[in-house]
Amino acid sequence: MSDKEIIHGYRELQLFKIRAIAALIVVLLLTLVLVARLFYLQVLSHQRFTTMSQNNRVTISPVPPTRGLIYDRNGVILAENVPAYRLELIPERIADMEMTLHQLRRLIPIDDRDIERFHRDLRRKRPFDSIPLRMGLSDEEVAIFAANRYRFPGVEIQAGLRRHYPLGRLTAHVVGYVGRISESDLGTIDTTNYRGSTHIGKTGIELSHERILHGTVGYLQAETDVLGRRLRILNQTPPRPGRDLWLSIDIRLQRIAMEAFGAENGALVAMDPASGEILALVSMPSYDPNLFVTGIDSDTYDRLRNSPDRPLFNRAIKGQYPPGSTIKPFVGLAGLELGKIGSDDAVICRGVYIPEFPSKRPFRDWKRSGHGYTDLERSIVESCDVYYYELAYRLGIDRISSFLARFGFGRPTGIDLPGEASGLLPSREWKQRKRGQPWYPGETLITGIGQGYTLATPLQLAVATATLATGGRRRQPALLRASTAIHGNSLQTHQPRTANQMSIIDHANWRTITHSMVQVVHGPRGTARRIATERFRIAGKTGTSQVFGLKEDEEYDASKLAKRLRDHALFIAFAPAENPRIAVALIVENGGSGGAVASPIAGRVIEAYLQERSDG
Amino acid sequence: MAEPQAGNKAGPVPFASADPHRDRMLQRLHIDLPLLAGLMILSGFGLVILYSAGGQDSALVVRQALRLAIGFVVALLVAQIPPHGLKHWTPWLYGFGLLLLVAVLISGEIGKGAQRWLNLGLLRFQPSELMKIAVPLMAAHYVSRFHFPPGPRVIAISTLLIALPVLLIVEQPDLGTALLIASSGCFVLLLAGISKRLILSVITLQAVAAPLIWYFVMHDYQRRRVITFLNPENDPLGAGYHIIQSKIAIGSGGWFGKGWLNGTQAYLDFLPESSTDFIFAVLGEEFGLMGILALLACYLYIVWRGMQIALQAQDSFSRLLAGSLTLTFFIYLFVNIGMVSGLLPVVGLPLPLISYGGSSMVTMMAAFGILMSIHTHRKLVST
Repeated sequence: MSDKEIIHGYRELQLFKIRAIAALIVVLLLTLVLVARLFYLQVLSHQRFTTMSQNNRVTISPVPPTRGLIYDRNGVILAENVPAYRLELIPERIADMEMTLHQLRRLIPIDDRDIERFHRDLRRKRPFDSIPLRMGLSDEEVAIFAANRYRFPGVEIQAGLRRHYPLGRLTAHVVGYVGRISESDLGTIDTTNYRGSTHIGKTGIELSHERILHGTVGYLQAETDVLGRRLRILNQTPPRPGRDLWLSIDIRLQRIAMEAFGAENGALVAMDPASGEILALVSMPSYDPNLFVTGIDSDTYDRLRNSPDRPLFNRAIKGQYPPGSTIKPFVGLAGLELGKIGSDDAVICRGVYIPEFPSKRPFRDWKRSGHGYTDLERSIVESCDVYYYELAYRLGIDRISSFLARFGFGRPTGIDLPGEASGLLPSREWKQRKRGQPWYPGETLITGIGQGYTLATPLQLAVATATLATGGRRRQPALLRASTAIHGNSLQTHQPRTANQMSIIDHANWRTITHSMVQVVHGPRGTARRIATERFRIAGKTGTSQVFGLKEDEEYDASKLAKRLRDHALFIAFAPAENPRIAVALIVENGGSGGAVASPIAGRVIEAYLQERSDG
Repeated sequence: MAEPQAGNKAGPVPFASADPHRDRMLQRLHIDLPLLAGLMILSGFGLVILYSAGGQDSALVVRQALRLAIGFVVALLVAQIPPHGLKHWTPWLYGFGLLLLVAVLISGEIGKGAQRWLNLGLLRFQPSELMKIAVPLMAAHYVSRFHFPPGPRVIAISTLLIALPVLLIVEQPDLGTALLIASSGCFVLLLAGISKRLILSVITLQAVAAPLIWYFVMHDYQRRRVITFLNPENDPLGAGYHIIQSKIAIGSGGWFGKGWLNGTQAYLDFLPESSTDFIFAVLGEEFGLMGILALLACYLYIVWRGMQIALQAQDSFSRLLAGSLTLTFFIYLFVNIGMVSGLLPVVGLPLPLISYGGSSMVTMMAAFGILMSIHTHRKLVST
């Protein structure tokens, strides 16, 4: 180290010391400024602020916005707000909280969950905030309390609005319901905007469009005395009400569809193939959503939850079923488009398919005697399995998989409902990834008849059918059709999402498939001929999906089997075949045969819809 | 040759003992006991206030205590890195941070109308937090390569090094953090001894630039905050309500306060804020001016110790870094207390180590870890 550097180092240190000390002096001065300010606030102005704090406090109470209403496509109301009474307590005006609660419970029924919730809110809110204790008081309970009111200072009946679903179970799986804001909801919402709100969308449209339905909180600024009584209103910002929604659902169609199911379990989705708008979305059985609004009691909830029929489960978007023979028109189209078959090519079906590759078991047709000479049309009309074993073998799993993916299989459709399942479209890559096993050729064959790993939701089947109906234009399905604009009363329509047009090799192939599907309904040997009508032509395909695998040579005898083990019945259709205006997919759980059980339901829905339209 | 240092040259410090064995032990663990003790007392005090401010929610206090514990572990881990190691990695850290800031602007997740978070799969990360450390590191690293006081070229380049991330953060927009980072960089230059004339002219320039910033840089919500600050009664329903309420809370506290858990005004309008940014108002109401003075004493003690570490540091890089980090810590608390007591506009900075919340606390603890590292990695050169 040279002398120069040492001198330099010494100078630098001196310079730093001076600056550091200067900085410390500035720090001290700034701290003194703070202290002076606090001295001013706490000592010099203490009296003034104490007065402000004690005598006159300015309170700001949130004014919750009115939740938007929900209508069907024809303006029938599906979700409304009705007057409701709730019991509220203002903690700081109640001398003995435990005693008050005890006496209130002797007057009107308040269950433990209400009390628990009340105590939780009590910790979270300010002492002069009004805290709800019980919701949905009956007129009688209101009268009982009113008569005893003098005994309960700080306890009040508040009139408010409660969500009500006038059509109840008819709309439960579409509209969903609102429920009390829970601890876990608090993490996902803007708590400022929900001050004053008690409910939030929990499922269905109420959840997926929560943001537009809820609106924006307003404020009421008031001067209150020491007890928290409002002396005068100083200022107010009115809340901005939530926007009303118009859904694409046609509630008349929805009702007809649900009635058509009778006592059967299952699901149905009907959509407008051109726009992707959902016309009906049914999951059976359903439940009464109004139970959840006021807080469902645990017995009823357990019964709903544990019921083997699973009424809370939205089968239309969450139920994943093997598509069975309803997949055949799509596989057939793949064969034509990819040039693996011509429409006149035929196989001789003897009721069993012996593959070229080594296989332990023969592949059976559902018809033991076989279909004989079978071309593409016949394979669809009579639902010949052997034809599709052969076709699947020619196509191979890779082509089947990528072709079906274009119809939206194996991936959520993107409908505006929460919790949609993605279904399953098996592929070589999928099996390696999920099971760590190679793909076996036998699995290709059963994929060709919609069995094996393949799973689809009724909604996915409806979208795929609509895509077939429109010549390969796949629309994202949507329930929201219009909403009130943010300002004013005008309507804001929600444009259907852009379509996804498949590349088409030959339109004649698509016409061949449609023609064959028409024969399913209108042909003399069609599996759904019972729903044929003179007025318009329906293109359809029946399907059956196995609930459990049959062992070799085992006879399927529906009468001997417990209902729960019977096959699921499926049906897809669109109509009119020449100019499709409705596409339907449905499943009847444990229904047995697609032709006998499922197709009549679709028939009634299609007929009702087309009838209604031509009438109007 | 080299021996661990026992005792202090710059005057007596509480918690420093004459026990050479214990001191050697602490040095080996790279713990600076005076600093650590100050931080612990402060955060303990903070938990007590938080219990009241959070509506006596013990789960909230436990979560905060856990966060603090993580913070202390981070501080101790950072303290193990010797200053020359930090110095070595500084340009990389700075460059990495800059890249992340650009990434945030391009693909940042939008939260609260501002792009601050970068989603790295499992981890949500705020690159501006990294920059709170990286900018003073980089400035100190660059400036310390030359003799003090720095020449015009050095000043120009280091200004560029500071301004680049600051502008990117302003763009997010996060004015509060940008100001903090800018000041941490400026502290490096100030401590390095740039001329007084330059300091004065920068201040003048700022006065001129203020209206330009107002019209071209600031967002609507930021402008509203300033207007509200100048006249809180203007917007008594929004942010003005915070200030009015927090002034009432502090003012009604008086000399000795209303007592722990006895505050009424501190239940401010927006409940979340009373345990985060406005927690100081709870302290003022329940513990009065005496409580506030105790807190300020605690803070000043930490600042004092930090500056002492800076003064005793053995190379200019460590010196500048320690000084800058310490002074930035002071700016933090000054801005927050100034804001809550109505001296400064509401900029949304937490009260360091007291406010509920974690993202900036870990960064702050890392900074204290650096201070400890600087102090405990010193070597005494025998002359």
